[in-house]
Amino acid sequence: MERDPRVCVMGEDVGHYGGSYKVTKGLATKFGDLRVLDTPIAENSFTGMGIGAAMTGLRPVVEGMNMGFLLLAFNQISNNCGMLHYTSGGQFTIPIVIRGPGGVGRQLGAEHSQRLESYFQSIPGIQMVACSTPYNAKGLMKAAIRSENPVILFEHVLLYNLKERIPDEDYICNLEEAEMVRPGEHVTILTYSRMRYHVMQAAKTLVNKGYDPEVIDIRSLKPFDLYTIGNSVKKTHRVLIVEECMRTGGIGASLIAAITENFNDYLDAPIMCLSSQDVPTPYAGTLEEWTVVQPAQIVAAVEQLCQ
Amino acid sequence: MALSHLAASASRSTSLLKPLSSALSLRRPISGDNSPLTVETSVPFTSHQCEAPSRSVETNPKELLTFFRDMALMRRMEIAADSLYKAKLIRGFCHLYDGQEAVAVGMEAAITKKDCIITAYRDHCTFVSRGGTLLEVFAELMGRQAGCSKGKGGSMHFYKKDSNFYGGHGIVGAQIPLGCGLAFAQKYSKDETVTFALYGDGAANQGQLFEALNISALWDLPAILVCENNHYGMGTAEWRAAKCPAYYKRGDYVPGLKVDGMDALAVKQACKFAKEHALKNGPIILEMDTYRYHGHSMSDPGSTYRTRDEISGVRQERDPIERIRKLILSHDLATEKELKESPMPEPSELFTNVYAKGLGVE
Repeated sequence: MERDPRVCVMGEDVGHYGGSYKVTKGLATKFGDLRVLDTPIAENSFTGMGIGAAMTGLRPVVEGMNMGFLLLAFNQISNNCGMLHYTSGGQFTIPIVIRGPGGVGRQLGAEHSQRLESYFQSIPGIQMVACSTPYNAKGLMKAAIRSENPVILFEHVLLYNLKERIPDEDYICNLEEAEMVRPGEHVTILTYSRMRYHVMQAAKTLVNKGYDPEVIDIRSLKPFDLYTIGNSVKKTHRVLIVEECMRTGGIGASLIAAITENFNDYLDAPIMCLSSQDVPTPYAGTLEEWTVVQPAQIVAAVEQLCQ
Repeated sequence: MALSHLAASASRSTSLLKPLSSALSLRRPISGDNSPLTVETSVPFTSHQCEAPSRSVETNPKELLTFFRDMALMRRMEIAADSLYKAKLIRGFCHLYDGQEAVAVGMEAAITKKDCIITAYRDHCTFVSRGGTLLEVFAELMGRQAGCSKGKGGSMHFYKKDSNFYGGHGIVGAQIPLGCGLAFAQKYSKDETVTFALYGDGAANQGQLFEALNISALWDLPAILVCENNHYGMGTAEWRAAKCPAYYKRGDYVPGLKVDGMDALAVKQACKFAKEHALKNGPIILEMDTYRYHGHSMSDPGSTYRTRDEISGVRQERDPIERIRKLILSHDLATEKELKESPMPEPSELFTNVYAKGLGVE
């Protein structure tokens, strides 16, 4: 926001309140009410307004207080945000960033535990990235703001408290690039967002058992970084996808299709995909745990894959 | 630990089991007293596109005592939920209703269980006023099987089909079209019943409200839209979110009434009026001027966007339970002592009596 006066923020309670997850804390005091806008609870409208403003060259960062609320703005995101560049024959670009926390939290209930990446992935014209560490959150956010394309940045409710030493200076993370978290030889584990941590926990166990998993945080959910992923598949010949969205129509489902189409000859075994159960997220703690992929299941899947 | 708790509460629980009339002094058994009493509401009603009902409300001692007891129960229930949340026995989101009890209680007094109520996520007390038990409330909040949604819904998803309570909704404003749908079904089946669709001042700026209102007016549906205006949409004050915070007027062609939501009798009068209106003329908006003592939810301290003086000021001057207490005392219906001893189950006590050890309650 310092670097580019066209960047503004809009969302519910982002300004005076400081943001419900404190992401925008301090910005309103620094940049004022016209650049950090507290909107009424009207997602469809303010998302549409952000897109309209972007059409003229402003660079809004629109926050869904919870990603799930953006379902109310689906039409704007799909039809206007995604399609206007194309339907106008290239006249308008929509340099907007739509971001917010999603994913399964700690007993937040069905409506506040949604994973919208699976719903949005078919929209032509948008890019989707998921951050997972303080380092890539800063880098991806900056890259998203600077991109001429509309970017949906998926944050996760449970990852806001992560602490990490990151460079003070300006840097970006490539929007289309996956992140190599742990190189290995035996199996390629593809994951993103919070599941990265479950995978790394499982990796510890796997290493003790003598396995050497290669863990890639795909980060870019649309388009997939098939270059990094492909190189990994060519090396290990086995793929396990671990994701938090639901099995049906999820990111994993698309990834399986993409890998099979492009790298089928390199696979020694069918691709395995661990996803959340196809159910609304229950409130009860035990049920919620069973809905989401746990490290023990990841370990078991790798063992099965590597037989 | 459960046993010692039981022993200590033995004397209290025996008074719990006594019928109401014997727990109070036998001088004035007001439990069965239906003798009519007329009380004036705190302020007159303000109306939009209709004639306001009279300020004089008909009630009786029994009703007043029921109001007192039900609201006090709700207040204690919400405070117990606060403690349970801080003890991490309730997780996730928990939106408390203390301060707003008069709306739930007054509304219920004006209607029957055949009429429908639907609300958003601040639903614990509305659930209770529709006949939900404390056990169902706390079990649901704590994610147990005995909860009203079998532990799968949580705080924001309380429902009670057999008394036409339709929830319990997490997405702001989404319950309004649902409510108008309930009204449509009522008209379709020629039930002579109405639906109260509750929402907050934050939700009043949702487009779907105006869509549903237009359709309801067009089709003459018996829909009563009730704006529980507690003046804050989480951290945003009403004047910062709405160009026109006179929510009862925003229906434009739909009539509206502004009501003191801290006065249970005013709420009752308004709801009675609204039901009669809706059955004849279609939708009407009720704006309940109310206040929540807690923050938006347990994750919100509630003090960054309003002053503590404001909160304590409302508590002193407009508290709904205090108003009824003063009414009961001033009309000589009961004494302070009788009100204090009037049996009210202690929510957490009820809970300890029911659950076996090992479920994390102790």
